[in-house]
Amino acid sequence: MKKYEYDVAVIGAGPAGLAAALEARKNGAERVAVLERDFEAGGILNQCIHNGFGLHYFKEELTGPEYAERFIRELRETDIELKLNTMVLSVSQNRHIIAVNPQEGVLGIDAGAVILAMGCRERPRGSLGIPGTRPAGIFTAGTAQRYVNMEGCMVGKKVVILGSGDIGLIMARRMVLEGAQVMACVELMPYSAGLRRNIVQCLDDFDIPLYLSSTITEIRGRRRVESVVISQVDKDRKPIPGTEKEIECDTVLLSVGLIPENELSKNAGIELDMRTKGPVVYENMETSVPGIFACGNVAQVHDLVDFVTMESIRAGKAAAEYAAHGEEPSPCFELFASKGLGYILPQRARMDRIGDFLDVFFRVNDIYEDVSIVVKSNGGEIARFRRDYAAPGEMEKIRIPKKLLTGNEIEVSLKGGDRE
Amino acid sequence: MKQAYDVIIIGGGITGCAAAYECSKYDFKTVLLEKENDIACGSTKANSAIIHAGYDPEPGTLMAKYNARGNELAHRLAKKLDIPFRETGSLVLAFSEEEVREVRRLFENGVRNGVPVEIIPGAEVLRREPNISKQVKCALWAPTGAIISPWEFAAALIETAVRNSVECRLMSPVKRINRQDGLFEVTAGGEKYRAKYIVNAAGLYADKVYEMAGGQGLHITPVRGEYFLFDKTMGGLVSTVVFQCPTKLGKGVVVAPTVHGNLYAGPDSKTADARDDTSTHRNELEYIREMAVKSVPTIDFSQNIRNFAGLRAVAGEDFVVGESAVENFINAAGIKSPGLSSAPAIAEDIVQILGRCGLALRRKETFRGERRVLRMNEISFEEQDALIRENPSYGRVVCRCQTITEGEIIDILHRPVVPRSIDGIKRRCAAGMGRCQGGFCEPRIHDIMARELGVPMKDILQDTEGSYIVTGETKED
Repeated sequence: MKKYEYDVAVIGAGPAGLAAALEARKNGAERVAVLERDFEAGGILNQCIHNGFGLHYFKEELTGPEYAERFIRELRETDIELKLNTMVLSVSQNRHIIAVNPQEGVLGIDAGAVILAMGCRERPRGSLGIPGTRPAGIFTAGTAQRYVNMEGCMVGKKVVILGSGDIGLIMARRMVLEGAQVMACVELMPYSAGLRRNIVQCLDDFDIPLYLSSTITEIRGRRRVESVVISQVDKDRKPIPGTEKEIECDTVLLSVGLIPENELSKNAGIELDMRTKGPVVYENMETSVPGIFACGNVAQVHDLVDFVTMESIRAGKAAAEYAAHGEEPSPCFELFASKGLGYILPQRARMDRIGDFLDVFFRVNDIYEDVSIVVKSNGGEIARFRRDYAAPGEMEKIRIPKKLLTGNEIEVSLKGGDRE
Repeated sequence: MKQAYDVIIIGGGITGCAAAYECSKYDFKTVLLEKENDIACGSTKANSAIIHAGYDPEPGTLMAKYNARGNELAHRLAKKLDIPFRETGSLVLAFSEEEVREVRRLFENGVRNGVPVEIIPGAEVLRREPNISKQVKCALWAPTGAIISPWEFAAALIETAVRNSVECRLMSPVKRINRQDGLFEVTAGGEKYRAKYIVNAAGLYADKVYEMAGGQGLHITPVRGEYFLFDKTMGGLVSTVVFQCPTKLGKGVVVAPTVHGNLYAGPDSKTADARDDTSTHRNELEYIREMAVKSVPTIDFSQNIRNFAGLRAVAGEDFVVGESAVENFINAAGIKSPGLSSAPAIAEDIVQILGRCGLALRRKETFRGERRVLRMNEISFEEQDALIRENPSYGRVVCRCQTITEGEIIDILHRPVVPRSIDGIKRRCAAGMGRCQGGFCEPRIHDIMARELGVPMKDILQDTEGSYIVTGETKED
């Protein structure tokens, strides 16, 4: 077994891993390695050939591959080691990694700090339990995207999309551009789970109907999809009998949610948050295991890659510091997502490591207009932020001045803003 | 005209594959005809994956005879042919006084069928299986109950048969059976096959095949069972096969681990509308859910990764095995549960029946009944390292959830019976069977198959004929 030692080892060469590795190197980590299971770096960005990336971070509009390329180029100019086709099999609490690749076989890696940047995966059909047959022609939107954009293969001619997550919306437009007919986009919730701009640019601009409060209640077709039955759902999201409508199609794309890929984290004994489905992290993206950091979609499912980059820069910097100096335990306080919030990140923070501000990220759990974000410390309000509009499809960020953070329990909730 | 065979086996499910394996030990000529593009596409594809101990069937029935013997043979075959298999034992739970009596009846049955069984008190059940409902009063414990990969079971049998000169013809649905000069002439897949004997292992279509040969009085009813399959995080919830007391509808809902580390719950039992109606239904799944939590209350249904349904071929109360009214035409029909467990014993008997019909049974000296499969995730890091050095493709992980490498997929494509579908690969190595359900690895396996088989992407199917994944290239026409 080949042995390696690094100051910082990064798992995953998607946007999170690339930014974290570069930042760790810039902050003094001399031996940095990125372990990537695919044959190329860039992660899911490689198949996101549409534009809209980079508006926040680069202040210009790029495609997915262009956004990734900026980091890959920068990486090539450094001595950071990029190990491709390298699958990490395990990570231990003392930061020992076992990985395998075709060039070197099984590798044992000891790292001063580890950054988890494995991203997320798509929820499959099974997690929804849609009844009916199990023919070919049912894809998660990302799988279809890979077939169409990377393999150059057309996955179908008449498409129904279940779920209005961003990848589903992007694929609706892509399928039309590639000559398919998109019959409908069906969303369980009374609102879309995607970015507003994607609803407009991918559905409205192409006259694709969006059925809200609806779901697919049956898939039909023996060998290939022949049709789906869609039904309206009630307030408890249960199908309403009598509202069934059959739509003829040969393809179903599922865009019904992303799940942070945390099997390695779980096996390493890292504490996970049921709500983010990612590791519980501190202000610097460190997990419950000292010296192991997490960033990008493995920690929270982001809306925009720009924010993945920014989060990963923080993780990279902190990992380099840890590798160089270790860390002394210091007192921490906890952050709680209360009324109106789906989750909150970070879940914990250490006063002596916060700069002038603590950046807090979360998603709301419904559509709100004219709403207040209320921050309480040990029960007393310390800050309030206004939003004209807040939706689950978009990540929220608030910046809390350090001087206000005095308690050991910070609670964030929404006030007002409920729609009729 | 194809050259003559001694035996034509119709059907490449577990029964047909086991029959082919048994026949391959003898020096007569055998061909197996399968209508689909792969073996194990019918009942063998979707079932409870259990090697039953054999306490359940009524003493004196064919089911009782074959199940007990089949269990014994399956244990040996799993070792010899390297089939994923685990001797978990099985429990039948009793929650009421009535069910306690039922457990006693099953115990008696077991004893009469020659199956090791024991009744254990509720406290002992809970000590062994702490996630079982606290309501349990006692249970029947059958230590020889086991779990298996049904697809790899069938694949191992047919591969061994083909290595020992049995021919296997996929995509060969039988269209006509004639009889001339004491020989059957079977038209299938555009070819004609002649043989003195036919073994009818056509599963859900066994009655149709029998009728083609002039037979009468066999009626197959498809009985559907639906299932939940759970993520590996649920895999450790129980370590044994957990049955409920049987009712007239069947063995009741089972909660059991799989050899791949998952957990499942099912099946129910409903007469299906058609012989290929493997659809799932909201109400049926809801019923299974209610029943499953009676046995194991803490199953987390949010960890469901797939629902599926399978069809049992039911011909009546018992199996139909033996020479039929049509001379030299041997039925192995109505092989409902416990068919998977019984198949090796049915196959053994089929050869004896062929012998009684006049076929000379001479053992082949060249028969080789050993098979080894390389599974990277089962060997030590040192062994992996050495293999990757020889062949780097064993170091490229394609299926992340199950850790299956490109090398293992290429191996499958060079075995005796080559699948042309993504599901065919899944059935042989579990790639795509994990929590992402192929979302990540499917396009990659698709690529590897097209490349290795030298065919365009659109020729690689999801499963059976017609289940195309891609329609062609983008920017076409």
